[in-house]
Amino acid sequence: MKQKSYRKQFILLSVLLIVLFAINISLGSVIIPFKDILNTLTGDASVKESWQTIILNFRLPKAITAILVGSGLSVAGLLMQTLFRNPLAGPFVLGISSGASLGVALLILGSSLFGGFFLAHSVSNWSFPIAASVGAFLVLSAVIIAANRVRNTMSILIIGLMFGSLTSAVISVLAYFSEAAQIQQFLFWSFGSLGNLSWNEILVFMVIYIIGILATVAVIKPLNSLLLGENYAKSLGINVKKNRNIILLITSILTGVITAFAGPIAFVGLAVPHIARMIFVSSNHKILLPAVIILGASILLICDSISQLPTSEFTLPINAITSLFGAPIVIWLLIRKKKLFV
Amino acid sequence: MIENSENSILKTENLTIGYPQKKQDHIIFSNINLSIEKGRLISVLGKNGIGKSTLLRTLCKVQKPITGAIYFEGKELNTYSENDLSKKLSLVLTERLPESQLTVFELIALGRQPYTNWIDTLSKADLEKIETAIKQTEIGHLKNQRFYELSDGQLQRVLIARALAQDTDVIILDEPTAHLDMHQTINIFSLLQQLVKQTNKTIIVSSHEINLALKLSDEIILLTENNLQFGTTESLIAKNAFDKLFPNNLLKFNKSLQQFVINKT
Repeated sequence: MKQKSYRKQFILLSVLLIVLFAINISLGSVIIPFKDILNTLTGDASVKESWQTIILNFRLPKAITAILVGSGLSVAGLLMQTLFRNPLAGPFVLGISSGASLGVALLILGSSLFGGFFLAHSVSNWSFPIAASVGAFLVLSAVIIAANRVRNTMSILIIGLMFGSLTSAVISVLAYFSEAAQIQQFLFWSFGSLGNLSWNEILVFMVIYIIGILATVAVIKPLNSLLLGENYAKSLGINVKKNRNIILLITSILTGVITAFAGPIAFVGLAVPHIARMIFVSSNHKILLPAVIILGASILLICDSISQLPTSEFTLPINAITSLFGAPIVIWLLIRKKKLFV
Repeated sequence: MIENSENSILKTENLTIGYPQKKQDHIIFSNINLSIEKGRLISVLGKNGIGKSTLLRTLCKVQKPITGAIYFEGKELNTYSENDLSKKLSLVLTERLPESQLTVFELIALGRQPYTNWIDTLSKADLEKIETAIKQTEIGHLKNQRFYELSDGQLQRVLIARALAQDTDVIILDEPTAHLDMHQTINIFSLLQQLVKQTNKTIIVSSHEINLALKLSDEIILLTENNLQFGTTESLIAKNAFDKLFPNNLLKFNKSLQQFVINKT
């Protein structure tokens, strides 16, 4: 499905991404000259050691995390909007982030209920990702089992929302019986955070992310045929049920791993596909997939740069920034364009 | 019904269609024996709710028959994989397309999916088929428009072009003229008739445009209460088959005009 060339837009956006990446690692509570940042990245050891540590162990991992989280969530959002042919769908409609939250809630809040068992394990910094992944995976399994029993894809949307409500309710009950300190700890996790990841964690994150993106490339064809609805897709020789499960699985893996490492980050997954459609005026997934990857990464880099409150000691929760700055943009785009597409 | 199995492309044997239910199956029509030949325009006629869609859905494997068998080019329909069938049979459905920003060209190009590789690259042959389909339906001027900008009549032509691009021997259309005015309706029907002549495809179309269908189709599948009749317009008229199509006397079939007329009271 070629015809129109989108090269100009892609080049522009890629340059933008690189610039944003550079800005992102230049900002922080310590001012480091850009020249020294470049030298550090190219492996020059003459730069001040504390600066090297800041860049290599804090800023660089955080910027990479922002790219993975932003693009991953956007791809998941695109998949959900096409699968459900609903512009309001996002990566969290399946209740996966609620599942991840439940895992973390059980770990933090449940420790007071179930005694020392969880507490003993919560020392390791892997315990949050693992708890979140297990929670996400359990909800995902429940959704997929339920999805294969209903014929209508729209019902899956409702089932996902119901699972979301259920897990939220369980979290409320847990929170009710917990102590203030633990509730605060959980609350901080739910704010989302792009920092705090070690290189080892990023490596695991990246491998899973790449698997998810490669799998998405493999379903571009069924995704495009789904733009005509399931019956047409089927008449074009697409195995709708199989591809539906694959799409659900990819979304779950991407959102699961992202929520596990960075917390439930709102808004990006829903909004970025719409911004991409408005820029490229296309619904073709061959165009949209690279577009949402670049745009999602760029937008989260911007949000992260803002949340650091440049030159100050404070960092605002990333989850608040994404919504605070993103929601008005989407509202503005909608009012201007008046129509949402899939 | 004289059967000529040599030329028949779609055949049913003692087919019963309907919806399986726990206690007793809900049967719409039973004992259907059709033999449809290549290069025919076939209209499926019947009043609302009589089971036109059920029949079409069963013929294109969306729905399972209760009993009996369907043969497609002599092979049982069940033995076709989804991908094999998509090279033999294409559809134009009544359902609205989800709102997307696909262009007319992209939409028609989706018809090539059964033939393209895993990443859906259009080969030269694919592009040629698409161009031919666009020419046959005379929509070259719409190629770069988004499909949501089109009128209902234009959209039907685009959907027919998509089915043509799929390059199948049989095209099934479910009420393609449902939202169209008289001019557009005639336009679509004559396009279908023309396509059958040009391409030797078999086109099966369900419609409420009875008078038009009687004039332009080669054969009719007529659905009345518990009765399915198949034959040329003349043979069905000779059997007085159309008298029972509608229940009361508001509409009457006029044999000499070969169409339905409103009864003036």
